[in-house]
Amino acid sequence: MSKNTLYDKVWDKHKVDTLPTGQDHLFIGLHLIHEVTTPQAFSMMEETGATVKFPHRTFATTDHIIPTQAQERPFADSKAESMMQALENNVKKYGIKYFDFKSGKQGIVHVVGPELGLTRPGMTIVCGDSHTSTHGAFGALAFGIGTTEVRHVLETQSLALNRLKVRKINVTGDIPKGVYAKDIILAIIQVLGVNGGIGYAYEFNGEVIHRLSMEERMTICNMSIEGGARIGYINPDDVTYDYLKGREFAPKGEAFDKAVDYWKSIASDNDAEYDDVVNIDGSKLEPMVTWGTTPAQSIGVSGKIPSLESFSEDDRPVLSKALAYMDVKEGQFIKGLPIDVAFIGSCTNSRISDLREAAKVLKGKKVNVKTLVVPGSQSVRSQAQKEGLDKIFTEAGAEWRFAGCSMCLAMNPDRLKGTQRCVSTSNRNFMGRQGSPTGRTLLMSPASVAASAIEGKVADIRESY
Amino acid sequence: MSLTENKILTIEGRGIPLEGNDIDTDQVVPARFLKEITFKNMGDYLFYDARFDEDGKAKAHPLNDSKFKGGKFLVVQENFGCGSSREHAAQAIKRYGIKAVIGISFSEIFSGNCKSLGIPIVQLDKDQIAKIAHALTDDPTVMCALNIENETFKVGTKIFFFSMAPTLKASLVGGTWDALTLLQNNDQKTNRLDASLPY
Repeated sequence: MSKNTLYDKVWDKHKVDTLPTGQDHLFIGLHLIHEVTTPQAFSMMEETGATVKFPHRTFATTDHIIPTQAQERPFADSKAESMMQALENNVKKYGIKYFDFKSGKQGIVHVVGPELGLTRPGMTIVCGDSHTSTHGAFGALAFGIGTTEVRHVLETQSLALNRLKVRKINVTGDIPKGVYAKDIILAIIQVLGVNGGIGYAYEFNGEVIHRLSMEERMTICNMSIEGGARIGYINPDDVTYDYLKGREFAPKGEAFDKAVDYWKSIASDNDAEYDDVVNIDGSKLEPMVTWGTTPAQSIGVSGKIPSLESFSEDDRPVLSKALAYMDVKEGQFIKGLPIDVAFIGSCTNSRISDLREAAKVLKGKKVNVKTLVVPGSQSVRSQAQKEGLDKIFTEAGAEWRFAGCSMCLAMNPDRLKGTQRCVSTSNRNFMGRQGSPTGRTLLMSPASVAASAIEGKVADIRESY
Repeated sequence: MSLTENKILTIEGRGIPLEGNDIDTDQVVPARFLKEITFKNMGDYLFYDARFDEDGKAKAHPLNDSKFKGGKFLVVQENFGCGSSREHAAQAIKRYGIKAVIGISFSEIFSGNCKSLGIPIVQLDKDQIAKIAHALTDDPTVMCALNIENETFKVGTKIFFFSMAPTLKASLVGGTWDALTLLQNNDQKTNRLDASLPY
């Protein structure tokens, strides 16, 4: 069992009790909500007349169903409009702070929480969304929950949970040019598998991780869940504290210094004990791209799609199904595969640094396929416009949209048609994920997606420099 | 509802075998069906894109096979329910009429959602699951029986022994799978913890 890790320290600090079932009763410090996974929880509360225990610990925004072109109300999609209205009514009725369009702070919940300074080290953070693991980048225990659990948090500010094991993943060496945070996490998932993290929290550590910016760290932790780990985190350091200083909801003045003392105290000790340790040599990595229908089915962009023979007999039926779905063949080079759409956005890669990397590649070039650039929040959008990135995108022929989840899961009008093949900075290449039941997704970094959009086929970003 | 009524001890019925590892919650309920503010229709959307083509025509799928109609046990493979946290997936399974899910491994969030809804998740190893799936395919009318307290799953006359996490077993057998009441009972302790936090 792990000892003196950040996971252990933060868990113990938030443990209310052991429940009669043997589960731990865990206090939740920050609860983030959005329109898709909460209306059913509020309806159940309405039936019993329950109230929200600590309304000041819950914050709302809206992201999944947001149209990224025409945002006038009522929305053209009446179902989206009714979800929006349900959220608006609920936050009003229960006194929950809500970042709506007018606030200028609306956006993807996992982009908004960090940029407002709501997300801080040493917290327990939940949201009815599996990518809540993103917030672990700050050294918080952050994880996705279901709607019944959303209700538990609203009514009791706590959850019944089992403690996880802790796996330390050390990434060392110097990462080569063209390799981004997205490539690092795709490589980790490829090594450990999509189910390798079941029962574990992942601690990302090592010099490569601690050299990353906060936004890059968020990309890493965001995709922990794609490796089966409900929680991924990084010990806080000076990069974390510098990022938080001056943010709207971060402590100010003396209170900030006091907070830093707490944040330092919850980092894993040097002699902390782990249930498992995995080492990854960062210097061997290359830009990654997925070829199949799970985030672990990936290869380096210069590589060939693996042959079925290289897998165990048990795995082959699933793999050949993935090959058929993606319309690719074993032994085929992935580079040069024609694409129809490029998507830059999602809670994985829609922050300002992601857009800057994409803009660097697109500057003065033209895209050859339909390309959507969807900022993660209204703040990211206005910052990008201040820097003139929107001009770079539109001059390259890409579409510059309003903030939301967009074509990551296509609950808004942005979606693939038929069997279109899309290079995407999002997190899931599942069958049908981008809105067409036969659509195909290839996951990549923002720079790689931009380079591929220019060529109209899967491209190696290293050849663009 | 009283706790006694919520107790889940035994379930009997037929089984439905499902092939494939890593069946994600987008496959269980595609995202376009999440645009509803209640869960009431979710049973209709279960495995929708695997069951129907784009014109709504039924495809070959165990859930479209009349032989398996009315089955109460869904028998799955590895890493079932991975991906999105949508409780819609567990809700769809429950509302379709499935009472328990038997498989090799399950995603953490999906398991938690099933627990919250009182759907027992039973884990068996690969060989045992293969045997069960085979038996169900051979004879879809074979009766199965799950006994949580004894940790046994019977398929016809064949008995499979499983091991369930003690916390899940206690929650199902005690009728406290929806932990709301347990959490409410600790209200004062929760307040003290809130006051003790540095944020």
